[in-house]
Amino acid sequence: MTHPVKDPSNTTGTSGVDASEPTLTGRRRGPWRWVMLAVGLFTALALPWFIYPPVAMDIAAWALFAVSVDLLLGYTGLLSFGHAAFWGSSAYVTGLIAIHWGLPFPVAILAGMLFAMAIAVPIGYLSVRRTGIYFAMVTLAFAQMIYFIANQLSGLTGGENGLQAIPKSFFGIESVETDSFSFYYAAIGLIFLGAWAAWRIIHSPFGRVLVAIRDNPARARALGYDVDRYKIIAFVLSAGLAGLAGGVFAMSHGFSSLEELNWTTSGKVVLITVLGGIGTLWGGPLGAAIVVTLEDKLTSSGFEGTGIILGSIFVVIVLLFRHGIWGTARDLLQRRMAGRRDRSD
Amino acid sequence: MSAFVQYTLQGLAAGGFYALAALGLAVIFGVLGVVNFSHGACYMLGAVAAAVLLDLGMHFWVALAVVPILLFGVGVLMERLLVRWLLRLDPLYNFLLTFGLSLILVDLVKRRYGVSGLPYERPAGLEGQLHFGALALSTYQVFVCLFSFVICALVWLLLTKTRVGMIVRASTEDAERSRALGINVGRWVTPVFGFGIALAGLAGVMAAPFRAITADMGSNFVIILFAVVVIGGLGSILGAVVAGFLVGLVEAYGQAYAPTFAQVAIFVLMAAVVLFRPAGLFGREETA
Repeated sequence: MTHPVKDPSNTTGTSGVDASEPTLTGRRRGPWRWVMLAVGLFTALALPWFIYPPVAMDIAAWALFAVSVDLLLGYTGLLSFGHAAFWGSSAYVTGLIAIHWGLPFPVAILAGMLFAMAIAVPIGYLSVRRTGIYFAMVTLAFAQMIYFIANQLSGLTGGENGLQAIPKSFFGIESVETDSFSFYYAAIGLIFLGAWAAWRIIHSPFGRVLVAIRDNPARARALGYDVDRYKIIAFVLSAGLAGLAGGVFAMSHGFSSLEELNWTTSGKVVLITVLGGIGTLWGGPLGAAIVVTLEDKLTSSGFEGTGIILGSIFVVIVLLFRHGIWGTARDLLQRRMAGRRDRSD
Repeated sequence: MSAFVQYTLQGLAAGGFYALAALGLAVIFGVLGVVNFSHGACYMLGAVAAAVLLDLGMHFWVALAVVPILLFGVGVLMERLLVRWLLRLDPLYNFLLTFGLSLILVDLVKRRYGVSGLPYERPAGLEGQLHFGALALSTYQVFVCLFSFVICALVWLLLTKTRVGMIVRASTEDAERSRALGINVGRWVTPVFGFGIALAGLAGVMAAPFRAITADMGSNFVIILFAVVVIGGLGSILGAVVAGFLVGLVEAYGQAYAPTFAQVAIFVLMAAVVLFRPAGLFGREETA
């Protein structure tokens, strides 16, 4: 099976193939990448000045969560519909550690991330036995198993009530512990760390092997790569990023509920990833910004039925703009640039 | 002993819902290669439609006939307007499309009918219990069991003994070769999709007197359905039915004997199947 999300009209290699490809456009896009990075960093740092800081934190957390899903979907060709298991379990472990041991929040979040990676090992081991649509269904079902387990362990997880009042301990610096504006700047570093890790993974030799597996698993196997092992490692790394994001989210809100583990959360992050653009690292943050802001506006305006709006947008994206917002914009830009070059030749 | 029989009946009744809906999922997947994420939402629509019809004075037996026809129409619309355009692409796109669709359907029902359940009484003639000596069984559960058995058997006959069934099976097996043999596969795509949705709707009607009718009733159901078809082998008609009843039984015994693990047990079963028979109990390796 080829790249699960490939569509026949896509002949330009836009599916996650980055600018390091030795093509003319690749070299030309070099400086753009640094401009994008600067713009992205600036936007992330300026965000809490313009919108309510907890919402800004939500955007950042969902952005990293979407990047973690895209690492699998866009760069390995696996659609995980069970990433809530990692986001949510990390949210719980982060919360439990902060509540019971009172450790500084970055330590708690890192512990949550490690826990997410630990449960990703068996889930990944079982799930990579299937590909394509089966992989999506199997991950979905395993994530729901984690949800039910958390619901049963109500002594630990608080069951339906979730974990309440998670303290944001931060080396005694009071402004971070009580003020969401300062907390944003204390926590955004973790998000940057996660995004940087994703970028490093994708641009490493390991990441190139993942792309090779996505595009032609049989050939990758013939070249001597242990395909399943690469997939499991990618799955665990992706789970770690999802866990990092989930921990930040739980810290920011000061609580963790079963909703974080429910499959609707897995669905939401897939929606964000596809909306932004599969196989484009910037698509995740863009999708997260749109979806989180939209949900915030709809909820505060008292409109019930966010799913109608989000679902409709999603249906339109899947039907007409399968490269997502970022991918479609990039395609248009590339086509224009290619046109200009043809004329000048 | 009598408790055990009751749990078995309970399991088979719950399994009847799973088997019917999974059958619809399997038929759709077989012919279109689409995993319909909105199957749970369609099941919910079936139950809601039954409740609305009851409000209009049409009782359960009428709903049992009318709702599948309505849902067939919904399925035809879904296929014609949306699913059709993505059939040539990777099946993941239709998975995502129908996911978006189920978000819309669930929230539409939520807006219209609220989050609290709609009322539905046990239909006349099916309330109370049947007594076999010392054994007392819920009449409605016995009915659900028998009825879903009958429907599954009918679908099985339809698929194996009729010309239409042969065409559908041939298209499932190898659409390309069926075309080469002069079968218009495309003509059957829409009715098969509608038929699959109608089965989900039928399961919904049968669940109406039995379960709480809410907009969210399908959201957990569809995940269990996925586990069912993974266990049975996606695309396998027999696998869907057997795994449906099996999962129903596991759930019921789990609730009776180990309530803590009742819901987890289904997924443990799925994990075991994925580990030892990745293609599912009745699936073939190459269907992946």
